[in-house]
Amino acid sequence: MAMDYSDKVIDHYTHPRNTGVIENPSGEGTVGNPVCGDIMTIYIDVDENEKLTDVKFSTFGCGAAIATSSMITEMAIGMSVEEAYQITRNDVADELDGLPPIKLHCSNLAADALQAAIDNYREKNNK
Amino acid sequence: MKMYYMDNSATSPVVEEVLNEMLPYFNEKFGNASTLYKLGVESKKALDKARQQVADLINADPKEITFTSGGSESDNMAIKGVAFKERAKETEDNPKNHIITSQIEHPAVLETCRFLEKYGFEVTYLPVNSDGFISLEELENSIKDSTILITIMHSNNEIGSIQPTKEIGAIARKHNVLFHSDAVQSAGKIPIDVEEQNIDLLSISGHKINAPKGIGAIYIKKGVQLEVLIHGGGQEDGIRSGTENIPGIVGLGKAAEIANNNLENIMKHNQEIRDQLVEKVTSEIKDSYINGSLENRLPNNIHFRFSGIEGESLILRLDDKGIMGATGSACSTRDLKGSHVLAALGIKPALSHGSLRLSIGKDNSIEDVDYIVQSIKEVVEYLRSISPLWDNKTDEYIGDKFEKPLDEEDLDRY
Repeated sequence: MAMDYSDKVIDHYTHPRNTGVIENPSGEGTVGNPVCGDIMTIYIDVDENEKLTDVKFSTFGCGAAIATSSMITEMAIGMSVEEAYQITRNDVADELDGLPPIKLHCSNLAADALQAAIDNYREKNNK
Repeated sequence: MKMYYMDNSATSPVVEEVLNEMLPYFNEKFGNASTLYKLGVESKKALDKARQQVADLINADPKEITFTSGGSESDNMAIKGVAFKERAKETEDNPKNHIITSQIEHPAVLETCRFLEKYGFEVTYLPVNSDGFISLEELENSIKDSTILITIMHSNNEIGSIQPTKEIGAIARKHNVLFHSDAVQSAGKIPIDVEEQNIDLLSISGHKINAPKGIGAIYIKKGVQLEVLIHGGGQEDGIRSGTENIPGIVGLGKAAEIANNNLENIMKHNQEIRDQLVEKVTSEIKDSYINGSLENRLPNNIHFRFSGIEGESLILRLDDKGIMGATGSACSTRDLKGSHVLAALGIKPALSHGSLRLSIGKDNSIEDVDYIVQSIKEVVEYLRSISPLWDNKTDEYIGDKFEKPLDEEDLDRY
Protein backbone atom coordinates (compact mmCIF):
# COMPACT_ATOMS: atom_id res chain seq x y z
CA MET A 1 0.00 0.00 0.00
CA ALA A 2 1.36 3.39 -0.93
CA MET A 3 2.10 5.55 2.13
CA ASP A 4 1.46 9.24 2.15
CA TYR A 5 4.61 10.38 3.95
CA SER A 6 5.44 14.03 4.60
CA ASP A 7 8.58 15.54 3.04
CA LYS A 8 10.22 15.55 6.47
CA VAL A 9 9.53 11.85 7.00
CA ILE A 10 10.94 11.11 3.55
CA ASP A 11 14.00 13.22 4.30
CA HIS A 12 14.61 11.42 7.59
CA TYR A 13 14.26 7.88 6.28
CA THR A 14 16.28 8.72 3.21
CA HIS A 15 19.04 10.41 5.20
CA PRO A 16 18.75 9.16 8.78
CA ARG A 17 20.73 11.22 11.33
CA ASN A 18 22.76 9.86 14.21
CA THR A 19 22.68 6.20 13.27
CA GLY A 20 24.93 3.72 14.99
CA VAL A 21 25.98 2.49 18.37
CA ILE A 22 27.50 4.40 21.29
CA GLU A 23 30.14 2.23 22.97
CA ASN A 24 29.74 2.25 26.75
CA PRO A 25 26.72 4.58 26.66
CA SER A 26 25.28 6.30 29.71
CA GLY A 27 22.08 4.45 28.91
CA GLU A 28 20.39 2.35 26.25
CA GLY A 29 16.85 1.20 25.63
CA THR A 30 15.27 -1.21 23.18
CA VAL A 31 11.56 -1.39 22.39
CA GLY A 32 9.50 -3.24 19.77
CA ASN A 33 9.40 -6.77 18.49
CA PRO A 34 10.87 -8.07 15.23
CA VAL A 35 7.79 -10.29 14.94
CA CYS A 36 5.73 -7.12 14.47
CA GLY A 37 8.21 -5.61 12.04
CA ASP A 38 9.88 -2.95 14.11
CA ILE A 39 12.36 -2.77 16.92
CA MET A 40 14.68 0.07 17.86
CA THR A 41 17.53 0.71 20.23
CA ILE A 42 18.43 4.21 21.42
CA TYR A 43 21.79 4.98 23.03
CA ILE A 44 22.41 8.11 25.10
CA ASP A 45 25.44 9.85 26.51
CA VAL A 46 24.79 12.13 29.48
CA ASP A 47 27.27 14.67 30.86
CA GLU A 48 27.76 15.81 34.45
CA ASN A 49 25.11 18.51 33.99
CA GLU A 50 22.47 15.89 33.16
CA LYS A 51 22.50 16.99 29.51
CA LEU A 52 22.24 14.61 26.57
CA THR A 53 25.47 15.15 24.68
CA ASP A 54 24.93 12.35 22.20
CA VAL A 55 22.00 10.20 21.07
CA LYS A 56 22.27 7.42 18.50
CA PHE A 57 19.89 4.78 17.22
CA SER A 58 19.67 1.52 15.38
CA THR A 59 16.29 0.53 13.97
CA PHE A 60 14.76 -2.38 12.12
CA GLY A 61 11.50 -1.20 10.63
CA CYS A 62 9.56 0.70 8.02
CA GLY A 63 10.20 4.21 6.74
CA ALA A 64 8.20 5.72 9.59
CA ALA A 65 10.11 3.72 12.19
CA ILE A 66 13.45 4.94 10.81
CA ALA A 67 12.23 8.53 10.45
CA THR A 68 10.89 8.75 14.01
CA SER A 69 14.13 7.29 15.40
CA SER A 70 16.19 9.75 13.42
CA MET A 71 14.00 12.69 14.39
CA ILE A 72 14.04 11.99 18.11
CA THR A 73 17.84 11.89 18.17
CA GLU A 74 17.88 15.41 16.67
CA MET A 75 15.27 16.60 19.14
CA ALA A 76 16.95 15.10 22.20
CA ILE A 77 20.59 16.05 21.69
CA GLY A 78 21.30 19.06 23.91
CA MET A 79 18.22 18.58 26.07
CA SER A 80 18.36 17.83 29.76
CA VAL A 81 17.50 14.27 30.74
CA GLU A 82 14.35 15.64 32.35
CA GLU A 83 13.23 17.44 29.18
CA ALA A 84 14.05 14.51 26.93
CA TYR A 85 12.00 12.19 29.12
CA GLN A 86 8.95 14.34 28.43
CA ILE A 87 9.09 13.92 24.64
CA THR A 88 5.94 12.09 23.59
CA ARG A 89 5.08 10.03 20.52
CA ASN A 90 2.90 12.91 19.38
CA ASP A 91 5.77 15.38 19.72
CA VAL A 92 7.86 13.25 17.37
CA ALA A 93 5.02 12.86 14.87
CA ASP A 94 4.33 16.61 14.99
CA GLU A 95 7.98 17.44 14.46
CA LEU A 96 7.84 15.25 11.32
CA ASP A 97 4.75 17.14 10.06
CA GLY A 98 2.60 14.14 10.87
CA LEU A 99 2.54 10.43 10.10
CA PRO A 100 0.01 8.41 8.09
CA PRO A 101 -2.73 7.33 10.55
CA ILE A 102 -1.88 3.64 10.17
CA LYS A 103 1.73 4.37 11.20
CA LEU A 104 0.96 6.68 14.13
CA HIS A 105 0.34 3.76 16.38
CA CYS A 106 2.65 0.97 15.24
CA SER A 107 5.89 2.55 14.10
CA ASN A 108 6.03 5.50 16.42
CA LEU A 109 8.18 3.89 19.10
CA ALA A 110 11.08 6.32 19.33
CA ALA A 111 9.77 8.21 22.37
CA ASP A 112 9.35 4.90 24.21
CA ALA A 113 12.87 3.85 23.28
CA LEU A 114 14.35 7.14 24.49
CA GLN A 115 12.47 6.83 27.78
CA ALA A 116 13.74 3.27 28.13
CA ALA A 117 17.30 4.53 27.58
CA ILE A 118 16.82 7.23 30.22
CA ASP A 119 15.31 4.69 32.63
CA ASN A 120 18.40 2.56 32.07
CA TYR A 121 20.68 5.57 32.73
CA ARG A 122 18.81 6.40 35.93
CA GLU A 123 18.89 2.81 37.11
CA LYS A 124 22.63 2.58 36.52
CA ASN A 125 23.20 5.78 38.45
CA ASN A 126 20.57 5.26 41.13
CA LYS A 127 18.79 8.47 40.15
CA MET B 1 17.01 8.79 -13.57
CA LYS B 2 16.47 5.56 -15.45
CA MET B 3 13.47 3.52 -14.28
CA TYR B 4 13.73 -0.16 -13.54
CA TYR B 5 10.12 -1.26 -13.23
CA MET B 6 10.13 -4.72 -11.70
CA ASP B 7 6.62 -4.97 -10.38
CA ASN B 8 4.89 -6.38 -13.43
CA SER B 9 2.86 -8.76 -11.28
CA ALA B 10 1.25 -5.70 -9.69
CA THR B 11 0.47 -4.12 -13.03
CA SER B 12 2.14 -3.61 -16.39
CA PRO B 13 2.26 -0.79 -18.90
CA VAL B 14 -0.05 -0.79 -21.91
CA VAL B 15 2.24 -1.45 -24.86
CA GLU B 16 2.08 0.76 -27.93
CA GLU B 17 0.64 -1.87 -30.26
CA VAL B 18 -2.18 -2.45 -27.81
CA LEU B 19 -2.80 1.24 -27.27
CA ASN B 20 -2.90 1.95 -31.03
CA GLU B 21 -5.35 -0.85 -31.56
CA MET B 22 -7.61 0.59 -28.85
CA LEU B 23 -7.55 4.28 -29.71
CA PRO B 24 -10.11 4.37 -32.56
CA TYR B 25 -12.67 2.71 -30.30
CA PHE B 26 -12.80 5.67 -27.94
CA ASN B 27 -14.03 8.32 -30.39
CA GLU B 28 -14.23 7.10 -34.00
CA LYS B 29 -15.60 3.60 -33.69
CA PHE B 30 -17.48 4.26 -30.49
CA GLY B 31 -20.71 2.41 -31.36
CA ASN B 32 -22.64 0.27 -28.91
CA ALA B 33 -22.18 -3.34 -29.98
CA SER B 34 -25.90 -4.00 -29.43
CA THR B 35 -27.04 -1.51 -32.10
CA LEU B 36 -28.02 -2.25 -35.70
CA TYR B 37 -26.27 0.40 -37.78
CA LYS B 38 -22.79 0.02 -39.23
CA LEU B 39 -21.07 1.84 -36.36
CA GLY B 40 -22.51 -0.66 -33.90
CA VAL B 41 -21.76 -3.61 -36.15
CA GLU B 42 -18.15 -2.49 -36.25
CA SER B 43 -17.98 -2.67 -32.46
CA LYS B 44 -19.61 -6.10 -32.51
CA LYS B 45 -16.95 -7.28 -34.96
CA ALA B 46 -14.19 -5.95 -32.73
CA LEU B 47 -15.77 -7.76 -29.80
CA ASP B 48 -15.88 -11.04 -31.72
CA LYS B 49 -12.29 -10.68 -32.83
CA ALA B 50 -11.05 -10.04 -29.29
CA ARG B 51 -13.05 -13.01 -28.01
CA GLN B 52 -11.26 -15.22 -30.52
CA GLN B 53 -7.85 -13.76 -29.55
CA VAL B 54 -8.43 -14.45 -25.85
CA ALA B 55 -9.81 -17.92 -26.58
CA ASP B 56 -6.70 -18.73 -28.62
CA LEU B 57 -4.43 -17.85 -25.70
CA ILE B 58 -5.93 -20.61 -23.55
CA ASN B 59 -7.14 -23.06 -26.22
CA ALA B 60 -10.83 -22.37 -25.65
CA ASP B 61 -13.76 -21.77 -27.95
CA PRO B 62 -14.65 -18.06 -28.30
CA LYS B 63 -18.18 -18.86 -27.09
CA GLU B 64 -16.60 -19.85 -23.78
CA ILE B 65 -15.07 -16.39 -23.17
CA THR B 66 -16.93 -13.68 -21.26
CA PHE B 67 -15.46 -10.23 -20.74
CA THR B 68 -15.45 -8.75 -17.24
CA SER B 69 -13.93 -5.76 -15.45
CA GLY B 70 -10.86 -7.75 -14.37
CA GLY B 71 -9.49 -10.64 -12.38
CA SER B 72 -11.39 -9.88 -9.18
CA GLU B 73 -14.72 -9.82 -10.98
CA SER B 74 -13.90 -13.03 -12.83
CA ASP B 75 -13.03 -14.76 -9.54
CA ASN B 76 -16.22 -13.49 -7.89
CA MET B 77 -18.30 -14.52 -10.87
CA ALA B 78 -16.87 -18.03 -10.96
CA ILE B 79 -17.07 -18.77 -7.24
CA LYS B 80 -20.34 -17.06 -6.32
CA GLY B 81 -21.86 -18.07 -9.65
CA VAL B 82 -21.16 -21.76 -9.06
CA ALA B 83 -22.00 -21.54 -5.35
CA PHE B 84 -25.44 -20.05 -5.83
CA LYS B 85 -26.28 -22.24 -8.83
CA GLU B 86 -25.27 -25.47 -7.11
CA ARG B 87 -26.79 -24.55 -3.75
CA ALA B 88 -30.15 -24.35 -5.46
CA LYS B 89 -29.84 -28.11 -6.11
CA GLU B 90 -29.47 -28.96 -2.42
CA THR B 91 -31.39 -32.01 -1.21
CA GLU B 92 -32.29 -33.28 2.21
CA ASP B 93 -29.13 -35.37 2.48
CA ASN B 94 -26.80 -33.15 0.44
CA PRO B 95 -26.44 -29.44 1.23
CA LYS B 96 -24.30 -28.83 -1.91
CA ASN B 97 -22.37 -26.18 -0.05
CA HIS B 98 -18.72 -27.23 0.16
CA ILE B 99 -15.89 -25.37 -1.59
CA ILE B 100 -12.20 -26.31 -1.58
CA THR B 101 -9.53 -23.67 -2.04
CA SER B 102 -5.98 -23.03 -0.81
CA GLN B 103 -4.49 -20.80 1.87
CA ILE B 104 -2.38 -18.91 -0.65
CA GLU B 105 -5.10 -17.70 -3.02
CA HIS B 106 -5.40 -14.07 -4.04
CA PRO B 107 -7.74 -12.07 -1.77
CA ALA B 108 -10.29 -11.97 -4.61
CA VAL B 109 -10.73 -15.71 -4.06
CA LEU B 110 -10.15 -15.87 -0.29
CA GLU B 111 -12.47 -13.02 0.56
CA THR B 112 -15.17 -14.37 -1.75
CA CYS B 113 -14.95 -17.71 0.05
CA ARG B 114 -15.14 -16.00 3.43
CA PHE B 115 -18.18 -14.08 2.25
CA LEU B 116 -19.86 -17.34 1.25
CA GLU B 117 -19.11 -18.83 4.68
CA LYS B 118 -21.38 -16.15 6.12
CA TYR B 119 -24.16 -17.53 3.95
CA GLY B 120 -23.91 -21.15 4.99
CA PHE B 121 -21.19 -22.42 2.70
CA GLU B 122 -18.41 -24.55 4.08
CA VAL B 123 -14.88 -23.86 2.85
CA THR B 124 -11.74 -25.98 3.14
CA TYR B 125 -8.54 -23.94 2.90
CA LEU B 126 -5.82 -26.38 1.86
CA PRO B 127 -2.34 -25.70 3.25
CA VAL B 128 0.73 -25.64 1.02
CA ASN B 129 4.19 -27.08 1.64
CA SER B 130 7.23 -24.85 2.15
CA ASP B 131 7.68 -24.69 -1.63
CA GLY B 132 4.17 -23.33 -2.10
CA PHE B 133 2.34 -26.33 -3.56
CA ILE B 134 -0.86 -28.02 -2.42
CA SER B 135 -0.95 -31.77 -1.87
CA LEU B 136 -3.07 -33.63 -4.43
CA GLU B 137 -3.74 -36.34 -1.91
CA GLU B 138 -5.00 -33.85 0.63
CA LEU B 139 -7.14 -32.26 -2.06
CA GLU B 140 -8.76 -35.56 -3.00
CA ASN B 141 -9.29 -36.49 0.64
CA SER B 142 -11.10 -33.19 1.22
CA ILE B 143 -13.74 -33.90 -1.40
CA LYS B 144 -17.10 -35.01 -0.07
CA ASP B 145 -20.62 -35.42 -1.41
CA SER B 146 -21.41 -31.78 -0.71
CA THR B 147 -18.37 -30.46 -2.58
CA ILE B 148 -19.42 -28.25 -5.48
CA LEU B 149 -16.25 -26.40 -6.44
CA ILE B 150 -12.47 -26.56 -6.27
CA THR B 151 -10.85 -23.15 -6.75
CA ILE B 152 -7.06 -23.30 -6.85
CA MET B 153 -4.93 -20.65 -8.49
CA HIS B 154 -2.98 -21.47 -11.64
CA SER B 155 0.08 -19.71 -10.21
CA ASN B 156 0.69 -17.63 -7.14
CA ASN B 157 0.97 -13.85 -7.33
CA GLU B 158 3.64 -13.57 -4.66
CA ILE B 159 5.96 -16.54 -5.01
CA GLY B 160 5.01 -17.69 -8.52
CA SER B 161 4.42 -21.35 -7.63
CA ILE B 162 2.57 -23.07 -10.47
CA GLN B 163 0.04 -25.53 -9.11
CA PRO B 164 -0.41 -28.96 -10.75
CA THR B 165 -3.51 -27.74 -12.56
CA LYS B 166 -3.88 -30.71 -14.86
CA GLU B 167 -3.87 -33.16 -11.96
CA ILE B 168 -6.19 -31.00 -9.87
CA GLY B 169 -8.58 -30.87 -12.81
CA ALA B 170 -8.41 -34.62 -13.25
CA ILE B 171 -9.34 -35.14 -9.59
CA ALA B 172 -12.20 -32.66 -9.94
CA ARG B 173 -13.53 -34.47 -13.04
CA LYS B 174 -13.25 -37.85 -11.33
CA HIS B 175 -15.44 -36.63 -8.48
CA ASN B 176 -17.75 -34.61 -10.68
CA VAL B 177 -16.79 -31.31 -9.04
CA LEU B 178 -16.25 -28.07 -10.96
CA PHE B 179 -12.72 -26.64 -11.10
CA HIS B 180 -12.00 -22.91 -11.22
CA SER B 181 -8.48 -21.53 -11.52
CA ASP B 182 -7.33 -17.94 -11.05
CA ALA B 183 -4.84 -17.57 -13.90
CA VAL B 184 -4.30 -13.83 -13.57
CA GLN B 185 -0.53 -14.30 -13.15
CA SER B 186 -0.18 -17.22 -15.55
CA ALA B 187 -1.90 -15.84 -18.63
CA GLY B 188 0.65 -14.62 -21.13
CA LYS B 189 3.50 -15.88 -18.93
CA ILE B 190 3.25 -19.67 -19.30
CA PRO B 191 1.15 -21.91 -21.56
CA ILE B 192 -2.46 -22.40 -20.50
CA ASP B 193 -4.58 -25.06 -22.13
CA VAL B 194 -8.00 -25.37 -20.54
CA GLU B 195 -8.70 -28.61 -22.40
CA GLU B 196 -5.50 -30.36 -21.44
CA GLN B 197 -5.54 -28.96 -17.90
CA ASN B 198 -9.14 -30.00 -17.22
CA ILE B 199 -10.25 -26.50 -16.26
CA ASP B 200 -13.95 -25.53 -16.10
CA LEU B 201 -13.57 -21.86 -15.16
CA LEU B 202 -10.55 -19.60 -15.52
CA SER B 203 -9.91 -15.96 -14.59
CA ILE B 204 -7.77 -13.58 -16.66
CA SER B 205 -6.85 -9.93 -16.10
CA GLY B 206 -5.87 -7.41 -18.78
CA HIS B 207 -3.46 -5.15 -16.94
CA LYS B 208 -1.06 -7.94 -16.02
CA ILE B 209 -0.39 -8.62 -19.71
CA ASN B 210 0.16 -5.11 -21.06
CA ALA B 211 -3.52 -4.37 -21.66
CA PRO B 212 -5.32 -1.67 -19.65
CA LYS B 213 -6.72 -1.88 -16.15
CA GLY B 214 -10.46 -2.44 -15.82
CA ILE B 215 -10.71 -5.27 -18.33
CA GLY B 216 -10.57 -9.01 -17.79
CA ALA B 217 -12.15 -12.22 -18.93
CA ILE B 218 -13.52 -15.45 -17.62
CA TYR B 219 -13.49 -18.77 -19.42
CA ILE B 220 -16.64 -20.75 -18.72
CA LYS B 221 -16.51 -24.24 -20.18
CA LYS B 222 -19.42 -25.08 -22.45
CA GLY B 223 -22.21 -26.56 -20.36
CA VAL B 224 -21.10 -25.07 -17.02
CA GLN B 225 -23.94 -23.10 -15.49
CA LEU B 226 -23.39 -20.03 -13.31
CA GLU B 227 -25.87 -17.96 -11.40
CA VAL B 228 -25.88 -14.45 -12.87
CA LEU B 229 -24.39 -11.74 -10.62
CA ILE B 230 -24.78 -8.66 -12.81
CA HIS B 231 -28.28 -8.40 -14.20
CA GLY B 232 -29.32 -5.99 -16.89
CA GLY B 233 -29.54 -5.76 -20.64
CA GLY B 234 -28.33 -9.30 -21.29
CA GLN B 235 -24.96 -8.60 -22.89
CA GLU B 236 -22.36 -11.40 -22.94
CA ASP B 237 -25.09 -14.01 -23.46
CA GLY B 238 -26.87 -12.75 -20.38
CA ILE B 239 -24.14 -13.87 -18.00
CA ARG B 240 -22.63 -10.41 -17.56
CA SER B 241 -24.82 -7.45 -18.43
CA GLY B 242 -23.55 -3.94 -19.07
CA THR B 243 -22.53 -2.21 -22.27
CA GLU B 244 -19.29 -3.80 -23.37
CA ASN B 245 -16.04 -1.93 -22.71
CA ILE B 246 -15.01 -2.15 -26.35
CA PRO B 247 -11.68 -0.24 -26.13
CA GLY B 248 -10.63 -2.34 -23.15
CA ILE B 249 -11.79 -5.55 -24.81
CA VAL B 250 -9.91 -4.71 -28.01
CA GLY B 251 -6.83 -4.02 -25.88
CA LEU B 252 -7.11 -7.31 -24.02
CA GLY B 253 -7.60 -9.15 -27.30
CA LYS B 254 -4.52 -7.58 -28.86
CA ALA B 255 -2.41 -8.20 -25.74
CA ALA B 256 -3.56 -11.84 -25.70
CA GLU B 257 -2.63 -12.20 -29.36
CA ILE B 258 0.84 -10.71 -28.80
CA ALA B 259 1.42 -12.96 -25.79
CA ASN B 260 0.20 -16.03 -27.65
CA ASN B 261 2.42 -15.37 -30.67
CA ASN B 262 5.51 -14.71 -28.56
CA LEU B 263 5.05 -16.91 -25.53
CA GLU B 264 8.25 -18.88 -25.98
CA ASN B 265 10.34 -15.72 -26.35
CA ILE B 266 8.61 -14.03 -23.43
CA MET B 267 9.35 -17.01 -21.20
CA LYS B 268 12.96 -17.13 -22.32
CA HIS B 269 13.46 -13.38 -21.80
CA ASN B 270 11.93 -13.49 -18.31
CA GLN B 271 13.75 -16.59 -17.21
CA GLU B 272 17.17 -15.37 -18.36
CA ILE B 273 16.85 -12.22 -16.29
CA ARG B 274 15.33 -14.11 -13.36
CA ASP B 275 18.08 -16.72 -13.27
CA GLN B 276 20.79 -14.05 -13.39
CA LEU B 277 19.16 -12.16 -10.54
CA VAL B 278 18.88 -15.30 -8.45
CA GLU B 279 22.47 -16.28 -9.02
CA LYS B 280 23.96 -12.86 -8.40
CA VAL B 281 21.83 -11.82 -5.46
CA THR B 282 22.25 -15.08 -3.57
CA SER B 283 25.99 -15.20 -4.21
CA GLU B 284 26.75 -11.52 -3.55
CA ILE B 285 24.45 -10.75 -0.63
CA LYS B 286 24.95 -12.55 2.62
CA ASP B 287 21.95 -14.25 4.21
CA SER B 288 19.74 -13.88 1.16
CA TYR B 289 17.17 -16.55 0.44
CA ILE B 290 14.49 -17.43 -2.09
CA ASN B 291 10.90 -17.67 -0.86
CA GLY B 292 9.27 -20.69 -2.49
CA SER B 293 10.81 -23.14 -4.90
CA LEU B 294 12.62 -22.43 -8.15
CA GLU B 295 10.92 -25.51 -9.64
CA ASN B 296 7.50 -25.04 -11.24
CA ARG B 297 7.70 -21.30 -10.80
CA LEU B 298 6.58 -18.49 -13.10
CA PRO B 299 9.62 -17.52 -15.17
CA ASN B 300 9.07 -13.81 -14.44
CA ASN B 301 8.82 -14.12 -10.66
CA ILE B 302 11.46 -14.01 -7.98
CA HIS B 303 10.90 -13.46 -4.28
CA PHE B 304 13.94 -12.78 -2.12
CA ARG B 305 14.27 -12.66 1.63
CA PHE B 306 17.00 -10.77 3.49
CA SER B 307 17.33 -11.26 7.22
CA GLY B 308 17.69 -8.28 9.54
CA ILE B 309 15.86 -5.72 7.42
CA GLU B 310 12.27 -4.63 6.88
CA GLY B 311 10.61 -4.57 3.47
CA GLU B 312 8.98 -1.17 3.37
CA SER B 313 12.25 0.64 4.02
CA LEU B 314 13.88 -1.64 1.43
CA ILE B 315 11.28 -0.71 -1.19
CA LEU B 316 11.53 3.00 -0.41
CA ARG B 317 15.32 3.04 -0.74
CA LEU B 318 15.26 0.97 -3.93
CA ASP B 319 12.73 3.44 -5.32
CA ASP B 320 15.30 6.18 -4.78
CA LYS B 321 17.57 4.19 -7.09
CA GLY B 322 14.85 3.86 -9.72
CA ILE B 323 14.00 0.24 -8.89
CA MET B 324 10.38 -0.66 -8.24
CA GLY B 325 9.45 -3.92 -6.54
CA ALA B 326 7.06 -5.28 -3.92
CA THR B 327 7.34 -6.72 -0.42
CA GLY B 328 5.31 -9.06 1.75
CA SER B 329 6.20 -7.10 4.86
CA ALA B 330 3.31 -6.47 7.22
CA CYS B 331 4.36 -2.84 7.41
CA SER B 332 3.42 -2.36 3.78
CA THR B 333 -0.05 -3.84 3.95
CA ARG B 334 -3.36 -2.20 4.69
CA ASP B 335 -4.10 -4.39 7.71
CA LEU B 336 -0.46 -4.68 8.92
CA LYS B 337 -0.90 -8.45 9.03
CA GLY B 338 1.76 -9.32 6.48
CA SER B 339 1.73 -11.77 3.65
CA HIS B 340 -0.62 -14.72 4.17
CA VAL B 341 1.33 -16.53 1.47
CA LEU B 342 4.70 -16.30 3.26
CA ALA B 343 2.96 -17.32 6.50
CA ALA B 344 1.51 -20.37 4.72
CA LEU B 345 5.02 -21.35 3.62
CA GLY B 346 5.98 -21.42 7.29
CA ILE B 347 8.32 -18.42 7.16
CA LYS B 348 8.63 -16.70 10.54
CA PRO B 349 7.10 -13.21 10.64
CA ALA B 350 10.38 -11.66 11.82
CA LEU B 351 11.98 -12.92 8.61
CA SER B 352 9.09 -12.49 6.18
CA HIS B 353 9.32 -8.73 6.80
CA GLY B 354 12.55 -8.67 4.83
CA SER B 355 11.11 -9.92 1.56
CA LEU B 356 11.34 -8.47 -1.92
CA ARG B 357 9.33 -9.58 -4.95
CA LEU B 358 10.67 -8.65 -8.36
CA SER B 359 8.41 -9.46 -11.30
CA ILE B 360 9.96 -9.15 -14.70
CA GLY B 361 8.34 -7.64 -17.78
CA LYS B 362 9.18 -6.91 -21.37
CA ASP B 363 10.96 -3.62 -20.61
CA ASN B 364 13.52 -5.23 -18.29
CA SER B 365 16.83 -6.16 -19.82
CA ILE B 366 19.64 -8.52 -18.95
CA GLU B 367 22.01 -5.50 -19.13
CA ASP B 368 20.23 -4.01 -16.12
CA VAL B 369 20.85 -6.98 -13.84
CA ASP B 370 24.21 -5.80 -12.50
CA TYR B 371 22.89 -2.36 -11.55
CA ILE B 372 19.85 -3.90 -9.88
CA VAL B 373 21.89 -6.44 -7.91
CA GLN B 374 24.40 -3.78 -6.88
CA SER B 375 21.59 -1.49 -5.73
CA ILE B 376 19.88 -4.23 -3.71
CA LYS B 377 23.22 -5.09 -2.13
CA GLU B 378 23.90 -1.47 -1.16
CA VAL B 379 20.44 -0.99 0.30
CA VAL B 380 20.42 -4.29 2.19
CA GLU B 381 23.86 -3.60 3.62
CA TYR B 382 22.92 -0.06 4.61
CA LEU B 383 19.70 -1.15 6.34
CA ARG B 384 21.58 -3.91 8.12
CA SER B 385 24.16 -1.38 9.29
CA ILE B 386 21.42 0.54 11.14
CA SER B 387 19.46 -2.54 12.27
CA PRO B 388 19.65 -3.84 15.84
CA LEU B 389 18.97 -7.30 14.42
CA TRP B 390 22.28 -7.33 12.58
CA ASP B 391 25.64 -7.51 14.33
CA ASN B 392 27.96 -5.23 12.38
CA LYS B 393 31.06 -6.58 14.07
CA THR B 394 30.47 -10.22 13.26
CA ASP B 395 28.37 -9.41 10.16
CA GLU B 396 25.57 -11.79 11.08
CA TYR B 397 21.89 -11.93 11.93
CA ILE B 398 21.18 -11.81 15.66
CA GLY B 399 17.42 -11.21 15.48
CA ASP B 400 16.36 -14.46 17.08
CA LYS B 401 17.24 -13.29 20.56
CA PHE B 402 14.96 -10.24 20.21
CA GLU B 403 11.89 -12.23 19.22
CA LYS B 404 9.13 -12.23 21.78
CA PRO B 405 5.70 -13.78 21.66
CA LEU B 406 3.19 -11.07 20.83
CA ASP B 407 2.07 -9.54 24.11
CA GLU B 408 -0.87 -7.32 24.82
CA GLU B 409 1.13 -4.21 24.14
CA ASP B 410 2.09 -5.49 20.68
CA LEU B 411 -1.49 -6.45 19.88
CA ASP B 412 -2.65 -3.07 21.08
CA ARG B 413 -0.30 -1.41 18.64
CA TYR B 414 -1.95 -3.16 15.67
